[in-house]
Amino acid sequence: MTIKEVLQQIKVSSARSVVEKALADAKEVADYNALLSLTEERALARADEVDKGKITGRLAGVPYVIKDNFLAFGGPSTAASHMLEFFDTPLQATSVEKLEAEGAICIGKANLDAFAHGGSTENSAFGPTKNAYDKSCVAGGSSGGSAVITALGVVPFALGSDTGGSIRQPASYNGVVGVKPTYGTVSRYGVVAMASSTDTIGPITSNVEDAELLMSIMSGLDKRDMTTLPDFFEILPDAMPSQKIGLVKDFMSEHVDSEVRARVNEYIEKLKAAGHTIEEVSLPMAEYALAMYYIIVPAELSSNLARYDGIRYGHQAEGAKTLAELYGRTRGQGFEAENKRRIMIGSYVLSSGFFDAYYLQAQKARTLLIHEFNKLFEQYDCLIGPVAPSTAFKLGENVADPIKMYLEDIMTVPASLAGLPSISVPAGKSSAGMPVGVQIIGPMKSDASLLALARSMESK
Amino acid sequence: MTAITREDALHLAQLSALELSEDEIEKLRIDIGNILGYVQQLGQLDTSGVEPTYQVTGLENVWREDEIIDYGISREQLLARAPQSTENQIKVPKVL
Repeated sequence: MTIKEVLQQIKVSSARSVVEKALADAKEVADYNALLSLTEERALARADEVDKGKITGRLAGVPYVIKDNFLAFGGPSTAASHMLEFFDTPLQATSVEKLEAEGAICIGKANLDAFAHGGSTENSAFGPTKNAYDKSCVAGGSSGGSAVITALGVVPFALGSDTGGSIRQPASYNGVVGVKPTYGTVSRYGVVAMASSTDTIGPITSNVEDAELLMSIMSGLDKRDMTTLPDFFEILPDAMPSQKIGLVKDFMSEHVDSEVRARVNEYIEKLKAAGHTIEEVSLPMAEYALAMYYIIVPAELSSNLARYDGIRYGHQAEGAKTLAELYGRTRGQGFEAENKRRIMIGSYVLSSGFFDAYYLQAQKARTLLIHEFNKLFEQYDCLIGPVAPSTAFKLGENVADPIKMYLEDIMTVPASLAGLPSISVPAGKSSAGMPVGVQIIGPMKSDASLLALARSMESK
Repeated sequence: MTAITREDALHLAQLSALELSEDEIEKLRIDIGNILGYVQQLGQLDTSGVEPTYQVTGLENVWREDEIIDYGISREQLLARAPQSTENQIKVPKVL
């Protein structure tokens, strides 16, 4: 389902009937556990306003879904955690405000790994989301609910956040388009902070054109997020011809499922047929990116999650006699196991005596990784490879082994650490019928050109 | 793998302000040891003379005027979200 199709439906019927249909469809697919709540009352009220001509814009009446780590009206903003289970936000995320200003209508909040910590949506405090193609498989994560609800065709698009692959990997697992923009492209104001140096906001859509429209709406400076960049995103009418593209061979080793590699190679053949040049390139630091990521990100999130103290908002434990008891008990009850694991690793790598060996070394290694990317971009317009080493795995398969779960991120974290734009686009299915995604990574601010390239390949 | 003792795990839990059950401490102790063991491979890299990267888009300090911006959110609205409040203030248990 595309935005264009939905706008056409609204034109021939009404925003109310389209939103009612989306809400009914969402209830129909409740067994996927893709949504944590429906924002029915507010959605229908807004649909009526659209029909009365009081709300207008490029997305007037178009229903969509928001990952529940965005603050948005109409229902609790939970981050899929007990900590924020009943949190009623007094403000909305900038990205949500921008979409609403164009008339988009949020119909529900999507499931995620609690606080976006995870790659399968199995860390949600409210149960895992099931894959749109096989209910015995994971949705991917952490934006699993957003990807599944889009893949099921309930809404044309959903919002996600991507710190190390959380938009791209579930998009890949569910056969939809996912965009992780250049760091700082879309404001993060009003989104639950995870790792501030890699957190990004982006759309999950059923085609590239919709992703481009949404990026053009959401991009730009926001005084409330000091890291935002001046708006550079401009939709390109055509892809640049004869691009030089590097196939990252470090992402195509025998550790990557042979069917995933086969689909990527087929995509590459299509790129060649379209006149682009593909050469194998090497990114040796990619091997170390996951280790950097699992030092830097826990360090940052352990600081960011210090705010959940049970005092000002959110869950508060009962019966604590002292402040220290209140903190400890509230956080012990409000966080999931993976949250605790990451917070404690963050505390470890930041503590005196270990800081230089872990955190500082990781930030230096990050510089080396960025240098390697920069060198490649002197010769290549963009880089290509798989999104994840496999198609969606079985629910429960990796739960007992955190490192095995982390390895799912191995090909998405390099772009995150370097702040580079990276998109995930569908590249066919495995013999078992599971979607495979291809990842295209570009230099800083090349978001629009990556999307134009992907759009030019969509019909091929 | 890096050996994390029960005492190490308890210390990390304290630093992290997390009250954990015995069962949780034992599981986290093992997981954290394994994860630290994995990330230690960075020690192999020669990073002498390399500057760390903390921010990827080259932003430095972003200044703004020290002025009050009205976010349209009232004190009452914020207080209403605190689990306990009294006399227009947030209530906390005793500190010491």
